[in-house]
Amino acid sequence: MNAVVAPVANAGCVDAPVLYERGQREVFCGLTGIVWLHRKIQDAFFLVVGSRTCAHLLQSAAGVMIFAEPRFATAVIEERDLAGLADANSELDRVVTRLIERRPDIRLLFLVGSCPSEVIKLDLDRAATRLSQSFAPRVRIRAWSGSGLDTTFTQGEDACLAALVPDMPATEADAPPSLLVVGALAEVVEDQMARLFAEIGIERVRFFPPRRSDDLPPVGPGTRLLLAQPFLAETARLLEKRGATRLTAPFPLGVEGTAGWFGAAARAFGVDEARFDAAIAPRAERARTALARHRERLAGKSLFFFPDSQLEVPLARFAARELGMRLVEVGTPYLHRGHLAAELALLPPGTMLSEGQNVDNQLDRCRAAQPDLTVCGLGLANPLEAEGLATKWSIELLFTPVHGFEQAADLAELFARPLVRRSRLKV
Amino acid sequence: MQLTVWTYEAPPHVGAMRIATAMEGVHYVLHAPQGDTYADLLFTMIERATKRPPVTYTTFQARDLGSDTAELFKTSVKEAYERFRPQALLVGASCTAELIQDDPGGLARALDLPIPVVPLELPAYQRKENWGAAETFYRLVRTLAGPHAPPPGSKRPARGPDDAPRCNILGPTALGFRHRDDVHEVTGLLHRLGVTVNVVAPLGATPADIARLGEADFNVVLYPEIAYQAAQWLDRTFGQKSTKVVPIGVGATRDFIAEVAALAGIDPAPVLAGAPSRAPWYARSVDSTYLTGKRVFVFGDATHAIAGARIAADELGFEVVGLGTYSREFARDVRAAAAKYGVEPLITDDYLDVEAAIAAAHPELVLGTQMERHTAKRLGVPCAVISAPVHVQDFPARYAPQMGHEGANVLFDTFVHPLMMGLEEHLLTMFREDFEFHADAAPSHLGVAASRGEAPSVAADPAPVPAVSPTPVPGSVPSMAAAASAEAAVATDAAPIPSAAAAASPVPLRWAADAEKELHKIPFFVRGKARRNTERFAQDRGLSLITIETLYDAKAHFSR
Ligand code: SF4
Repeated sequence: MNAVVAPVANAGCVDAPVLYERGQREVFCGLTGIVWLHRKIQDAFFLVVGSRTCAHLLQSAAGVMIFAEPRFATAVIEERDLAGLADANSELDRVVTRLIERRPDIRLLFLVGSCPSEVIKLDLDRAATRLSQSFAPRVRIRAWSGSGLDTTFTQGEDACLAALVPDMPATEADAPPSLLVVGALAEVVEDQMARLFAEIGIERVRFFPPRRSDDLPPVGPGTRLLLAQPFLAETARLLEKRGATRLTAPFPLGVEGTAGWFGAAARAFGVDEARFDAAIAPRAERARTALARHRERLAGKSLFFFPDSQLEVPLARFAARELGMRLVEVGTPYLHRGHLAAELALLPPGTMLSEGQNVDNQLDRCRAAQPDLTVCGLGLANPLEAEGLATKWSIELLFTPVHGFEQAADLAELFARPLVRRSRLKV
Repeated sequence: MQLTVWTYEAPPHVGAMRIATAMEGVHYVLHAPQGDTYADLLFTMIERATKRPPVTYTTFQARDLGSDTAELFKTSVKEAYERFRPQALLVGASCTAELIQDDPGGLARALDLPIPVVPLELPAYQRKENWGAAETFYRLVRTLAGPHAPPPGSKRPARGPDDAPRCNILGPTALGFRHRDDVHEVTGLLHRLGVTVNVVAPLGATPADIARLGEADFNVVLYPEIAYQAAQWLDRTFGQKSTKVVPIGVGATRDFIAEVAALAGIDPAPVLAGAPSRAPWYARSVDSTYLTGKRVFVFGDATHAIAGARIAADELGFEVVGLGTYSREFARDVRAAAAKYGVEPLITDDYLDVEAAIAAAHPELVLGTQMERHTAKRLGVPCAVISAPVHVQDFPARYAPQMGHEGANVLFDTFVHPLMMGLEEHLLTMFREDFEFHADAAPSHLGVAASRGEAPSVAADPAPVPAVSPTPVPGSVPSMAAAASAEAAVATDAAPIPSAAAAASPVPLRWAADAEKELHKIPFFVRGKARRNTERFAQDRGLSLITIETLYDAKAHFSR
C-alpha cells in the first residue's frame, strides 16, 4: 500500500509556528462560490439576498456575462426593505414567487445570505422553511450564508454543502461501507476518480455535491468520508455528526497527494496492495512523466502564496515536493490543522506559514523577498506584474480542473506558464 | 427588493473609487467587509491598472461587530495615513457599514489628521455608481477649492488682453469608457482653438490641482454624469460657465467648438473651416448607401446614448427605432432626445426590459453596452458597444477616443463594422451554398440564434417578424453575379432579426409546396427575411396556408 507514499510521522510543519495576521484582507467573500456551484448543481438556483455590491461582486467574479439567464441572481435590498423586517420578508416572498414562476426548471432554490441580510437580521433559514412549505414538493428551498462577515471565498462552498447535509438520506442500517467524496470537482475529474476507485475494487462511491439536486447521496455510520477540497470544515463536521468517518489523507493535488488520497481510501476499504499498485502505479508514473518538463523549469524557483482559497497548503506541498520549488511564504485565510494534518506533515520543515492577512504588510514581505512566482488574487496580480514580479491568479486554480493524476501536469503548467511567458516576451 | 441578474452600475462607493483611483495623492478608507475588496479587480483587471486602487478597506468581520468596528475604522485610517501619506483623504462606508452606522466622517475627523478629510455619504440602498462618482467629485472640489473662493457676489476679474483663455476639463475618471483617449483628443482640440487647459480632473489631478480649479475662465464638462454637479457649484462659487455640449460625433463636435469659442471669446472659424474628420465623406460615399434607413436601437448612459442616436440619425442616415438609458439622473435629457426621433424613451436599469424592447423594435443594429452586446448576440443582431459598463475590450491598446474629430472617425468604424462583418459572413455563406457545404451554419459572429434565420421554421418561428423594411425582398431574383456586386445593398438585410421566441402563433402556418419552392429561388441572403416577412404578412391576415400568391402579395406589401 505504501509503495507510492510513505506517511511521514512527526515531520514537516505539523507543529510549525504560524504568523497570525489581522489587518486588511484582500479576498472575495463566500458568495463567489456561486460562480462554480451553479454550474455544478444543474437544477439549483442561487438567490443572493443582499445589496447592489453583492450583485456586482457576482457579476464581476463571473467575468464575462455569458449566460442568457444564469441560475443565480440577487434580490437587491432597497431603502424601503430596511424600514421593517416584516416588509422585507414579504418582499422576499414576492421575489421568490416570481422567480419560481419564471423558472419552472428550478428544483432547488438557495437563499444565500450576505452581510446586509445578516446585519439587518433577516432570518433566511426561517424564510426557507416558510417558502419550502408553499412550494413543496416541486421546489425545495434551503438557505446558507456567503456573507463576507463569516466566509472568505471558498468557504461559500462549505456553507452551501453544509446546508444540504440534513437533506441527505440515511444509509440503510445494514448497509456495507461506502465512500463519499466531498467537494465540487470538474466532471472529467469525477469520472476519472470513479474509474480508478472501481479499478481498485471500491464499488460504492458517491460524490457530493451531486450534479442533480434530487440525487443526494446517503450518509450514515458506514460512510467513509474523503475530502477532495481543503475548505470544507463545516460540511465535514455535519457529515461526521451523521455518522460518517473522515479519512485522513492529503488532498488529491499532484501525484503524491492523489496517490495518498487514493491510498487512504484503499486502506479504509481493505484493498489488496497488489491490486492498488497495479492500478495506481502506472497512473502515477504517467503523471510524473508529464510533470517532468515543468519541474525542469520550476525547480529551485521561489514561490509566495497570498491567502485566498485555502488550497494554498496542498498547492505549496505539491510545488515544493514535486516541482522542487522553494516556498517563501504560504499564506492561507484559514488553517484547519485537523483537515490539513497530512498536508502539513509533508511540507518542508521551516516553511513560513501565515494565516489571515494584512495585505500591506504582506506586500512588503513579498517585495522584499522578490519571489520568482507569486500566487495571488486578481486585485494584486497586475500591480505585482507591473513591479516586475511574475504572478499566477489563484482563482484560476479553482476554475481549472487540477485534481487527480491526469491533471497533475496541468496544475504544474499553471505554475510554469507565467514564467514561460516572461521568457518569451522581448518587449 | 429588486431581482437583479446583471447590473449596469456598481454601488456608489465604486463611483467614489473611480474618482480616488483617477487622482494622484488621494486615499480612500472604506468601511467594508472583505468581499468588497473585489472592486480592486475592476481597476487592475478590466482597466489593467499597474497600481492598486488607493483604497484601504477595514474588512470587518462578524466577530468585530460584537466588539468595536469604530475602533477598527480609526486604526485603518491612521495606518493608511501613515503608510500612504496622501494629500487628501476620502472616508466612507459601503452598503454593510452604512447599516452599522459608525460615522466614518466623525471618526476620521477625531483623528485630527493634518490633511483635508472628505467624508462621503453615499446611500448604497438608493444610489448607484455614477451618482457616487459625481457626489465624490463634488465633495472633493468643494472641500479643496472652496477655501479659494472669492467673496460671494464678487465679479470674475476680466482676462488680460494677452492671456490665452483657460479652461478646466472635468469628468474623466478611472474605469471610464474611453476617458483616457477623450481627454487627449479634446485637449488637442482646445489647443488648436487657442484655449489653455488649466486642470484636468479628476483624471491625473492632485488635491493641489483641484484647489486651483477656480483659476480657469470656464469649464469643459466631458461627462455630465460625473461632473455636472461639481460644475454647477463652480459656476455658483467662481462664476465659471461650463459647456453643455458633449463633443461626440461630427455635429456635436462642431457645436462644441462653437460653444467653447463663445465661452472663450474667440473665433471658431479657422478650426471649423478644416474638415478634419473623414466620417462625413465616408457617410456620403456611395459605398455607404446600404446604410440608409438601417433600424438602430440605442441604449447606454445618457451622454453616450444621446450622442449615439444623433450620429446614427444625422451622420449615418440610420433610423433610430429605440433610445434609452439606465442613467435615471439624466432621464429628462434622454426623453427630450427620444421625442426628436419619435420613439418611446426607455428609462430602466433592468436589462431584461431592455432586451424585451430590443426584441420588439426589430433593429438591424444595436448600439449599447456590453449587456446589450450579449442580448443582441442572442437575438442574432449585430451590435456595437458605445457606453459603460466597461469590459476589458473597452480599453483597447490603440488610440480610440469617442470625442472630437478622431472620435467621429472611430465611431463611424464602430457603428458600421458590425454591419460589414455581417456582409462578409454572408459572402462566405454564399459559397457554403455549394452542395459540399451545409447551408444552415450560422454566421460565427452572430451566435447561435442566427441559425434560426434560415431554419426550416414553417410554424416554429412564426412570432413577430421584422417590421417594414425599405428593401423589397421577396421575389427579387437577381443572378448570382448581380447579387455579388449588389451585395452591399441587400446582403446585410439578411441579418436575422429577432423574434420573441416564446410567443405562440395564433394560427398554425403552412407553406404550400410550390410556395416553398419559389422561396428557394430567392437568393439565400435575403431568403430568411423573405420568409419571415411573408409569414408575418400571412399571420396578420389570419392565413394558414402560404401560397405563391401570398408570397408576392407580401412582397408587394413590404416594398411599398
Ligand atoms: S462582502 Fe458582504 S456585502 Fe460585500 S459582496 Fe460579499 S456578501 Fe455582499
